[in-house]
Amino acid sequence: MKDLPAKDVAIELIGVNKWFGDFHVLKNINLIVGAGEKVVICGPSGSGKSTVVRCINRLEAHQKGTIRVDGIELTNDPKSIHDIRAEVGMVFQQFNLFPHLTVLQNLTLGPMKARGLSRKDAEKTARLYLERVKIPEQADKRPAQLSGGQQQRVAIARSLCMEPKVMLFDEPTSALDPEMISEVLDVMVELALEGMTMVVVTHEMGFARKVADKMVFMDAGEIVEQGPPDQFFGAPKSERCQKFLSQILQH
Amino acid sequence: MKKTAVSFLLLLALAGCSSSTSWGWYVIDPRNKSGWINIKFLVSGMGSTIQISLIAAFISIVLGLIVVLPGLSSRWYLRMISRVYVEFVRSIPLLPMLFWVFYGLPLIFKSLGLDIPVDPFWGAIITLAVSDSAFTAEIYRAGIQSIPKGQTEAAQTIGLRYPQTMRYVVLPQAVRLILPPLANQFIYIVKMSAFASVIGMQELTRRANELVVSEYRPLEIYSLLIVEYLVLVLIISAGVRWLERRMSAGERH
Repeated sequence: MKDLPAKDVAIELIGVNKWFGDFHVLKNINLIVGAGEKVVICGPSGSGKSTVVRCINRLEAHQKGTIRVDGIELTNDPKSIHDIRAEVGMVFQQFNLFPHLTVLQNLTLGPMKARGLSRKDAEKTARLYLERVKIPEQADKRPAQLSGGQQQRVAIARSLCMEPKVMLFDEPTSALDPEMISEVLDVMVELALEGMTMVVVTHEMGFARKVADKMVFMDAGEIVEQGPPDQFFGAPKSERCQKFLSQILQH
Repeated sequence: MKKTAVSFLLLLALAGCSSSTSWGWYVIDPRNKSGWINIKFLVSGMGSTIQISLIAAFISIVLGLIVVLPGLSSRWYLRMISRVYVEFVRSIPLLPMLFWVFYGLPLIFKSLGLDIPVDPFWGAIITLAVSDSAFTAEIYRAGIQSIPKGQTEAAQTIGLRYPQTMRYVVLPQAVRLILPPLANQFIYIVKMSAFASVIGMQELTRRANELVVSEYRPLEIYSLLIVEYLVLVLIISAGVRWLERRMSAGERH
């Protein structure tokens, strides 16, 4: 599977540039994610990897270049933004669950209000996905009553309830206690095996080796290196990437 | 000549200072007949004060929300509208604004060819509501902006539009932060409604003023006035505490 070129393109970034004021955060980003492909982005903090992911669903606006998701070009037109967000799910480092709602209500809010599903249908889907992330028994609790790992799994289920074609993960395990990281990664691996298109910003290189079709290394707002994991881990071309890998793989 | 003028002024000042050198609680003593009549007269203004305050508070709560929404926009000119309104309105002292509404508005209406009278009741309500709306808008803004950005982002990623994000995600969380200062603001409205007396609205303060004119016992009568406002405010405080308890109970479920 990893050797096959992707037939359909899910996400396309062509010459994307972004500035925060005078600060050039993204420099000429070119990235193609095929349908069903899993792309892992890594790099030192401040390298712009989160910003890339956040540009794909317009949580940040890019100023130059083209972003296309499933053929829809991302422009300032609210309709294009809304259409793209309907296809793209996102999981945040800080979970961002809605604290005033129960787990089940967190999952049904999007389908009911954005999709117009009935409560009954939305709850049926929600319970299905809670089952998939292995916490069906927590449906009626509030987020604050769950552990970090459970909260992040709820957040994944919340995204999946919208039945997205693409899932973005922005450092999904960075805010977790070490013993909870694997329960979240397990869910993500399962999702990957089911064929979901995924863009994951993470430092979990074990996960990357297991599921990635493509590795991307970013530094100072540029994509320094991208390629299949074997080549990426085995023989990184650039010096910066070698240095980064040696730093995080040391232990 | 100069001397007589000064002593005349001094006499006037002294005469205005005090009616007597001793207490005169009899004016509001329920044990004698005239005292009881006075008390009934004073307390009868309570209904108007409550009415004015409640309606003004309600309008101010709605108006504040209308004012704050453009203030949260990413477009600078919309934020500007909200900013200018808040800065302008909250800098106008209540008394001149009251005169402007009561005497000025009818003139403006007239020049527009409209025949809309402004009576003391609505004059007072409009003034209190508008002047308070600048403060409620600021309370809303502080409450809404204290909800982490991640909440709106998460709402956006599950397809909610801006009004839905506000309605289902941000406002329900902000209400808990907004309610206590809003209650404080309501207490402020109740007290500021005393200004309605100057345009002839028959409420607590007006009644007290009228009685002072005939009985000439300002200290005793205003003491009762203070107690009247105190009772109102204590009732509001108790109501708000009850509401807060109920809301936090819902949170723990």
